[in-house]
Amino acid sequence: MHEWALAEAVIATAKRAAHEQNLRRVTEITVKLGELQQIEREIFAFALEHILGQEDPLVRGAKVVFETERAQFRCRVCHFEWAFETENLSSEITEAIHFIPEIAHTYMRCPRCHSPDFEVIAGRGVWLAALKGEE
Amino acid sequence: MDPRIAIISERLKPIKKIIAVAAGKGGVGKSTVATGLALVLAEMGYRVGLLDLDFYGPSTHVILGLSEGIQPTEERGIVPPTVHGIEFMSIVYYTGKNPAPLRGSDLTNALIELLAITRWGELDFLIVDMPPGLGDTTLDAIRLLKNPSFLVVTTPSRIAYETVSKLIALLSELNIPILGIIENMRRPSDRARSAFDMRLGEELPFDEGLEDALGDPERFLQTEFARRLREVALTIIPRSRS
Ligand SMILES: Nc1ncnc2c1ncn2[C@@H]1O[C@H](COP(=O)(O)OP(=O)(O)O)[C@@H](O)[C@H]1O
Ligand SMILES: [Mg+2]
Ligand SMILES: [Zn+2]
Repeated sequence: MHEWALAEAVIATAKRAAHEQNLRRVTEITVKLGELQQIEREIFAFALEHILGQEDPLVRGAKVVFETERAQFRCRVCHFEWAFETENLSSEITEAIHFIPEIAHTYMRCPRCHSPDFEVIAGRGVWLAALKGEE
Repeated sequence: MDPRIAIISERLKPIKKIIAVAAGKGGVGKSTVATGLALVLAEMGYRVGLLDLDFYGPSTHVILGLSEGIQPTEERGIVPPTVHGIEFMSIVYYTGKNPAPLRGSDLTNALIELLAITRWGELDFLIVDMPPGLGDTTLDAIRLLKNPSFLVVTTPSRIAYETVSKLIALLSELNIPILGIIENMRRPSDRARSAFDMRLGEELPFDEGLEDALGDPERFLQTEFARRLREVALTIIPRSRS
């Protein structure tokens, strides 16, 4: 349930951004979920709602909108591109990647040339995509 | 926007003092000093955490003798297990014996993730074992850890001085406090100390018995190295408060 830690991070960042943008009240927070981190969306949504409910009026009433993004990799050696599949990975490995997505480089290899030197070009993890509010 | 940066200062709040053990150089004894310092501080009754940031070559778990199967628990984040009285965090929980071939931006990302989700208890000291080099992790530690102080380790060799002095120059330029400069692995035959700020100079002997004490903290604490390290700890603790 480390989703809670990331939910707290999202709210703290939304508040910081709202101050920077001189918002009086945040109405909508768009969170992008990158597939590689395999966030439990239900837990994450529950955590966000729970934390928002206890927050100050700046963010309390905000609605959270989720966008998901498929994870996509590109090999730096042979330039092959591929998508994230958990089928051939054990639960220990997917869990390690869930905590620290960069651990993908420990356990995944380019399907074409077997290099660990690949780039996560999309869908790494949690991202605060947009903020709507009133000035 | 990266949501993780804003929460890091919150995660570090329960920690009174962060001490990064660094050299710029590899093989001089950073991990041994960092782990030893954590152990002697814990023995003195301080609440201590140890964070291994050498993602390519994590080693503090070897010195601590971390048993297989020990993992952080999940509790609104990840809670570091207490190993020999020390709250211990390392990438090794997730990589095991496998390599972590990471580019610089991946190192940064992994470090930010770790700092954003790790929930430390109330700590007097968090000792950070730094990787060699003056690159990504060193710059990130300076950027992300709240007011870290540095404990610099060298050996009595001009080859070590050559690189360690660059770290000292960088820290001085950035006004980052240096708690001490330890000349590690000193042998009686070594020439008089040179080059560095003598006010901060400390010495740790080369200890033949150290290798056999690795993985056995009780035995480690009985070495000559640990005896001298207690004295070093007592001189740097007051410096860490100013
Ligand atoms: N004072 C010492 N006496 C004897 N051996 C030492 C001493 N300090 C470190 N060592 C040994 O030197 C090697 C390198 O130490 P380590 O702490 O891994 O260096 P670093 O973290 O700077 O790369 C290890 O095998 C360690 O046990
Ligand atoms: Mg080391
Ligand atoms: Zn390839």
